Amino acid sequence: MGLISWYVVIPAATAFAITLVPKAKPMAIRWVASTGGFLLVLLSAIVSVKYWNLAAADIELLRTSMFTKLYMVEQWTWFKSIGIEYFVGVDGISVLMLDLTAIIIFTGSLASWYVTERPKEFFALLYTLVTGVFGVFVSFDLFLFFVFYEVAVLPMYLLIGIWGTGPRNYSALKLTLMLLMGSAGLLVGILALYHGSGIHSFNLIELSKIHFPEAFQLWVFPIIFVGFGVLGAIFPLHTWSPDGHASAPTAVSMLHAGVLMKLGGYGCLRVAIYLMPEGAIYWAMFFMALATVNILYGSLGAIKQKDLKYFTAYSSVSHCGFVLFGLLALNLMGIKGAVIQMFSHGIMTGLFFGLIGMVYGRTHTRMIPEMGGLAKVMPWLASAFYIGGLASLGLPGLSGFIAESHVFLGGFFGNQWHDITLMRTLTILATLSIVVTAVYVLRGLATVFHSTITNPEFEKLTDATLPEKISTGVLIAALAIGGMLPWLFVDLIEGSIFPFLNRLHESGMISSL
Amino acid sequence: MRNAWLVPGIPFFSFLIVGLFIRPLSEKAAGWVATAALFVSAFFAYSIAWDYFSHFGIGHEGPALVPWAFEWLRYQDHLTATIGTLIDPISILLMVVVTTVSALVHLYSIGYMAGDDGYGRYFTFLNLFSFSMLGLVVAPNIVQMFVCWELVGVSSFLLIGYYYRKPSAVAAGKKAFIVTRFADLGFLIGILILGYFGIEAFPHIGAKIQQEMAGLSSIPIQAIDFAFINHPATAHYILTTAGTVLGLSTLAVACILIFMGCAGKSAMFPLHIWLPDAMEGPTPVSALIHAATMVVAGVYLVARLFPSFAAAGTPLDVVAFIGTFTCAFAAIIACTQDDIKRVLAFSTLSQLGYMMLALGVATAVSPLGHTASMFHLFTHAFFKALLFLAAGALIHGVHSNEIWDMGGLRKKLPVTHLTFLAATLAIAGVPPLSGFFSKDEILRAAVENHHPIVFGVALFVAGLTAFYMFRIYFISFWGDARSEKAEHAHEAPAVMLIPLIALALLAIFAGFVPMGEYLGTSHGGHHGIHWNIAIPATLAGLIGIALSAFMYTGTRERYVAVARALGGMYTVVKNKFYVDEVYLFVTKNIIFHYIARPIAWFDRHIVDGAINLYAWLTGALGRGLKPLQTGQVQTYSAWWISGAVFFIILLWMKLS
Repeated sequence: MGLISWYVVIPAATAFAITLVPKAKPMAIRWVASTGGFLLVLLSAIVSVKYWNLAAADIELLRTSMFTKLYMVEQWTWFKSIGIEYFVGVDGISVLMLDLTAIIIFTGSLASWYVTERPKEFFALLYTLVTGVFGVFVSFDLFLFFVFYEVAVLPMYLLIGIWGTGPRNYSALKLTLMLLMGSAGLLVGILALYHGSGIHSFNLIELSKIHFPEAFQLWVFPIIFVGFGVLGAIFPLHTWSPDGHASAPTAVSMLHAGVLMKLGGYGCLRVAIYLMPEGAIYWAMFFMALATVNILYGSLGAIKQKDLKYFTAYSSVSHCGFVLFGLLALNLMGIKGAVIQMFSHGIMTGLFFGLIGMVYGRTHTRMIPEMGGLAKVMPWLASAFYIGGLASLGLPGLSGFIAESHVFLGGFFGNQWHDITLMRTLTILATLSIVVTAVYVLRGLATVFHSTITNPEFEKLTDATLPEKISTGVLIAALAIGGMLPWLFVDLIEGSIFPFLNRLHESGMISSL
Repeated sequence: MRNAWLVPGIPFFSFLIVGLFIRPLSEKAAGWVATAALFVSAFFAYSIAWDYFSHFGIGHEGPALVPWAFEWLRYQDHLTATIGTLIDPISILLMVVVTTVSALVHLYSIGYMAGDDGYGRYFTFLNLFSFSMLGLVVAPNIVQMFVCWELVGVSSFLLIGYYYRKPSAVAAGKKAFIVTRFADLGFLIGILILGYFGIEAFPHIGAKIQQEMAGLSSIPIQAIDFAFINHPATAHYILTTAGTVLGLSTLAVACILIFMGCAGKSAMFPLHIWLPDAMEGPTPVSALIHAATMVVAGVYLVARLFPSFAAAGTPLDVVAFIGTFTCAFAAIIACTQDDIKRVLAFSTLSQLGYMMLALGVATAVSPLGHTASMFHLFTHAFFKALLFLAAGALIHGVHSNEIWDMGGLRKKLPVTHLTFLAATLAIAGVPPLSGFFSKDEILRAAVENHHPIVFGVALFVAGLTAFYMFRIYFISFWGDARSEKAEHAHEAPAVMLIPLIALALLAIFAGFVPMGEYLGTSHGGHHGIHWNIAIPATLAGLIGIALSAFMYTGTRERYVAVARALGGMYTVVKNKFYVDEVYLFVTKNIIFHYIARPIAWFDRHIVDGAINLYAWLTGALGRGLKPLQTGQVQTYSAWWISGAVFFIILLWMKLS
């Protein structure tokens, strides 16, 4: 078994091991879960370094390649008669996403240290879910991809329905149904690709060697793009996100906003844009306009939210808009920015939801107007919240800036297929969000943490405990490393983006003939 | 000069070490380590200045070197943001000013902040600010400039809101950040435009500029480097190929947008509203950030991009207009304020207006205003920092910001009194103190480039400056103690007085620095004092002082009568022309009420409503079909048979 399969094996084994621990020993459960998370972080570090060394040698080749080059590939036939394979491997983009997922599940486990209700089932489901997420990022067979995708989405229903707060049944159902509606479209799209290709294979690399007819691409692209887009919170199909996040328990919100929403953007790039470049060129402006709505609408919607989780969820809607916006700029800087934004937003929003859980665990309220002056009693949590907030408003030195500056440049520079004035108008509209974000982040945080303590009950509250400090500390470090040493990201992913661009360029030429 | 990176580098490492390791161990040590870092950094800044000018000489324009740089962020080919140090006369000037003032403010803060429970946090932030500001000063490209620009913004936010339990301080920090952020939107779009056309121009002129830069830079030139943007060939390319937007050339639009960012940072009207409120921060912070260094970043950026501004033409007129307007506008408000720090804040606005208007009247062929602006930046940093620090010593002694709580303090705080007087004379433009020389240069620039209105306003404001500065001087130091607190005021400790004395010496003598020689724009024979300008300017100052002495050293009736005579006009000025109220109306009533709230409602009820409607329809459909599922075999078979009959009839009809 190769290195990459461990990404599926470790979380699955962790989930299994948790089921073996007796219910009466919650401490053991936490330790098993956190150890599993830690092993995944370790594995990610190994894979990243290994990938780095392998890919650095190929950078010139990748600049002109038409096909994604995979590393550390494992490929076995699964169902030969219908062309399904167990086909896993990584390119730079998936390595970054794997790093993100590992960091989130590790810190998420630590942040859920104090889950008291049925911790055993909770952690087991959590690790089942994350098995699916890892699976999606490593699989390059569309069938396998879809299977893992469903594994990642379904446990969410139970996790929210059982451990959630507020109208959890409504939220869980809404989230699951909306996402399944997306995946129903996805299934149609994938089957269309399977049959349309004429090679009876789900292998993504093999499929990419087929040139799908333009008419075919024009109707399949939007189906797949929207299918993934639902998970990426594309307007107007984003409403599962505020309700779902608000009801979900801490670690689930972290995973969901931090990683699952990234599956949307990842799928749009990996499947829709990669296999159907002409469809992408045709539909780009339509979806880019929707992404602009996401960016502005999400940030304006966040201003008036009173619940911290709704507040963060709307902020996520806005930030996920940047992912789609960057992808649809269809140029190097845009796509690079989108991928970095996936990482950056994942870490940032993971930090936010983790912190909200920690604050809620102390104050037993998430309503912003009911809090005040908390910085005095919980300086660590307040500082961490501020760092997350500053990352979210794109402060240089934290990773948000790296992503957003790429996306803005990508949008403004435009591409050769679309009207540059339109793209610039959309970009300038999108830049407005940096001001709106500053407004809602500072308003929200100042109310919660600053001024004097409003509720005398809060005087007795305590600051973060050790597991909480490790959890938030790791996330903050990731934000800072991303922001201060951005060349690490750029070197990691840039080579893997060229094939997408080369494909777009070639098909752009074909369609203009 | 290769070690130039140490100038911002030392405060950066000190920020990390103090923030992460020393602060948790010892708050006291944090203060001293942070301060020591700035003194070391200042030492390196001076040594670089020495090296540079002894190597390249003075009296002509020195080269712009990039002795140290590395690739930080590769956007695409020829668009790599480097982190590096740009060494040229104006960056050296700023390095010297920033490290000097910052080191002295750090030292002063050890005394001023003693006993505060956020002592270590304070010094960590102060280090962060110093690092960011120095990084901004040495930025060789516009992205590093933007990065550090935002970082100084956030340090300013953190330090204004330093007393975080005080709602007004928190609100002021928020306001400062959001207003400057709004302005930065212009800066950002300006960068996007310059970046785009830079990349377009690069294949045509990149190689040529690279060749000219040979030996000056340690790293290949990029389209976002200042050396590239400011090159005449680039301006020519953009002006000839980029077309126009709303009747302005694209280059002019980009420069005006960037100037919007500058106006936000340097608090030019109408983006000035954050600076007076920023006085909620600790006083040494006001001295360092909101008087001497950060607020001049906008001036510095215009000076840095001066060749582009000059090539585009129109932007300089905008700069001159906004600068002149702010200069007068703020000075008028300063005459009516009662909080000593607010008076100084409006005075800073007015002086920044001077710097801006000086840049605005300069042209590519006659860059005298550019030199004058940098000169005034230099002298202003010292006397204004001194004014704030001395005001801090007053506040420290009296425990109040209100000038009417002070009075008669010249005997109780002798050192503070003399240093404050020196700074007041300097800002009033009394010869031979530093402010006199730099203001003289600015006025001369306005005359030589034929801007009579600008000259007239600037001369009037020179008198007004003397008036409002001596107003607070007389009220706080002369007469009798007006409050219980002022009776028991005491002089500050030595650690606070040493910086005051050092800055006082600078405020007195900085004017003798032959700035034109260093910046290489003097063009021989021009420097020295110009009596045709110096005499009216000095007279204006003296009239202001005399008027102030007449109104504020005698009985209370005098100024009360004046205020009453002015009536409504006085009220309007005292309320700062109600600009804040206008902003509040726009943000609270329009943006929050008519945009944000409806969007939140729209999302909950319309967008989500559609989703819920869809879910409800599905449910309704299910409920509608539910009665069919009775569980009775009879009903099922009845349906089955009727269906079968229906299809048979259908088939039969088709067949027949």
